Parts: sequence; structure tokens; C-alpha cells
Amino acid sequence: MEHALLYIAGALMMGLGALGAAVGIGVLGGRFLEGAARQPELIPMLRTQFFIVMGLVDAVPMIAVGIAMYVLFAVA
Amino acid sequence: MASEALTTTGYIKHHLQNWTYGQHADGHWGMAHSVAEAKAMGFMSIHIDTMLWSLVLGGIFLWYFRKAAVKATVGTPGGLQNFVEWIAEFIDSSVRGSFTGKNPLVAPMAMTIFIWVFLMNLMDLFPVDWLPSAAGWVGSTFFGLESHHVYFRVVPTADPNATIGMALAVFGLMIFYSIKVKGFSGFTAELTLHPFHSHNKIVMAFLIPFNFFLEFVSLIAKPVSLSLRLFGNMYAGEMIFILIAIMFSAGMTMGVLGSVLQMGWAIFHILIITLQAFIFMTLTIVYMDMAHSEH
Repeated sequence: MEHALLYIAGALMMGLGALGAAVGIGVLGGRFLEGAARQPELIPMLRTQFFIVMGLVDAVPMIAVGIAMYVLFAVA
Repeated sequence: MASEALTTTGYIKHHLQNWTYGQHADGHWGMAHSVAEAKAMGFMSIHIDTMLWSLVLGGIFLWYFRKAAVKATVGTPGGLQNFVEWIAEFIDSSVRGSFTGKNPLVAPMAMTIFIWVFLMNLMDLFPVDWLPSAAGWVGSTFFGLESHHVYFRVVPTADPNATIGMALAVFGLMIFYSIKVKGFSGFTAELTLHPFHSHNKIVMAFLIPFNFFLEFVSLIAKPVSLSLRLFGNMYAGEMIFILIAIMFSAGMTMGVLGSVLQMGWAIFHILIITLQAFIFMTLTIVYMDMAHSEH
């Protein structure tokens, strides 16, 4: 029973983290392309900012994946 | 793997345990020989591997960049000078882009943070078993320890102590420059008079606790998120490398699959470690800019 709960916890962590990050990076990439299409001369600056924000968004699901892996393989 | 009898769980836990020196439960000081012993030490302990690698990598950074600075020439620059100048220009443009105050400390600090964090993250790309098993061999050959009891984690940024220490240093500088630039009253006003403001003095007196609560939480959240973001990324990356390394012990097919996965994750990880070092630096610059700007 406890093991089953741990697996569910890991699945929730990975799944919800991926869900949020997918929406976030989708919106971010869409806006980046929009901005790049409007003003192509700003692409270098936009790319830098894009990567900063992507690193911020990407951090949360990565952490969730790491902790989920820990729960699944080292605790369960 | 260190020994054949090891279980998957034991292998992971062995890889996630730092080389700890501290006060044992009975009061004497020494190395921890097991996970439980390290846990029992609690606060009175120090992670030697984290300290060792962060200092060694910091030393490499200083030595390498000093070498370039000493040999710098206005004639035809060599590869080393070009490389260091390229990094310095990159940092300079990042600082100019987001820091508006006047402080000669910020750009060198940004460069130190970027290169240092990058080097510490880079230790993640070493195959997970090389350095720990080398340490285990040294421990068992020269110091008569059981190699299974030698713990060695080579990625300092995958230890929260290192990242929280760096974030606290940035936080201290933030508070210091806030008070230095705006004065103690300016700093207090920033904490208490935003975001809700009223010209009526009595209403304002009621708003101050709410403002203080909101601003205080956002102030504390800065070092916490700064450190935990870096730690979490590196920890997760290390965790996945360890899990891939377990696949190597599960037969030929899994081994081949594991080596493909390991290469893919390592290539993706090059992006992550650079990005996280860059983000740590950028956020430091932004926080320093906040400390220097008046409202």
C-alpha cells in the first residue's frame, strides 16, 4: 500500500511538473516566435531573454523529475 | 559499481552521501563511516568533498584567468587571451544590459559566479563512478578503510550547502548595498511603504504590516529560490546519471540503451549547466541592480 502511494506520488510529481512546464514553454516559445517575426532585428536580444526565462521555467519540472526519480528508485 | 552485492537502493544512497567530517554521537570528531552516522552528526559536520572540489575549482579558475592576465599583450593575442577576453566581454555586456547603478564590484563578482558555478556544474559530466571509485580505491589502499564506506560526491552544486552558501553571500551583499545606497531609512521604507500606499497617515499605519509581510516574503524568497534552483537542477541531473549508470549492470541490451541515454542526457546537460550558471549570474546582477536603484 505504501509502495503504491509512493509510485502515485512520483507519477504526480513528474506528470504535473511536465504539464506546467509544457504550457509555460509553449507560451514562451510562441511569444518568442511572434516577437521575432515582428522585429527580426531584435532576435539576438530576444534569444538571450528567451533562454533566461526558459531556464527559470525548466528548473521546476527538472527538480520534480529528480525528486520523483529519487522517490521511485531509492525510497520505494 | 563498488561491489557486486550492492542493491540498487544502496548504490543510489551511496552516491548521494557526502564525505562528512563531524562530531560523533559520543562526542569525538571524525569521519562518518555510514549514512546513519553522517545523519546523526546533524549540524556539527562539514562536507569535505564539497569544500575540496569547490575550492580546487575556484583555484583553477583564478590560476587560469591570472595566467591570461599576466601574459596579456596588445600585440597578437594568443588563444588563451582571446578566450578570456571573449568571456570578459560577454560578462561585461550582460552586466551593462541589466545593471544601471555604479559599482565596480558587480562585474567581477558576476564573472566569478558564472565561471565558478559553471566549473562546479561541469563536474556533473564526469561519469558518475570514476571519481567516487577512485576515492574508494585510495581510501582502501592507503588508509585501510573499506572502499564501500568511502563517500565522495564530486558535484559541489548538487550539495545544497554550497548553493545556499553562495546565495547567502549574494543576499548579504544585497542587504549591504541596499542600506549603503538608500540609507537605513530608505531600506526600511522600501520594505514597509510598498506595494500599498496611502496619503492618509492612519490608513498607512494599518497598511504597513501587510506591506512588510509581502515585501519580507519576497525578500526571503530571493536567496531561497536562487539556491534551490541551482541545487535542484544539479541534483536531478546527477540522479538521472546515477539511474542510467544502474542500467549498465542489467545486461547487454540495457547497457547499450544506457550508453545511448547517457550520451543524450550528457549533451542536453551541457545546455543545462551553462544555462543554470548564466541564470545564477543574471539573477545576481538583477538583485544587485534592485539594491542600487531608488524607487
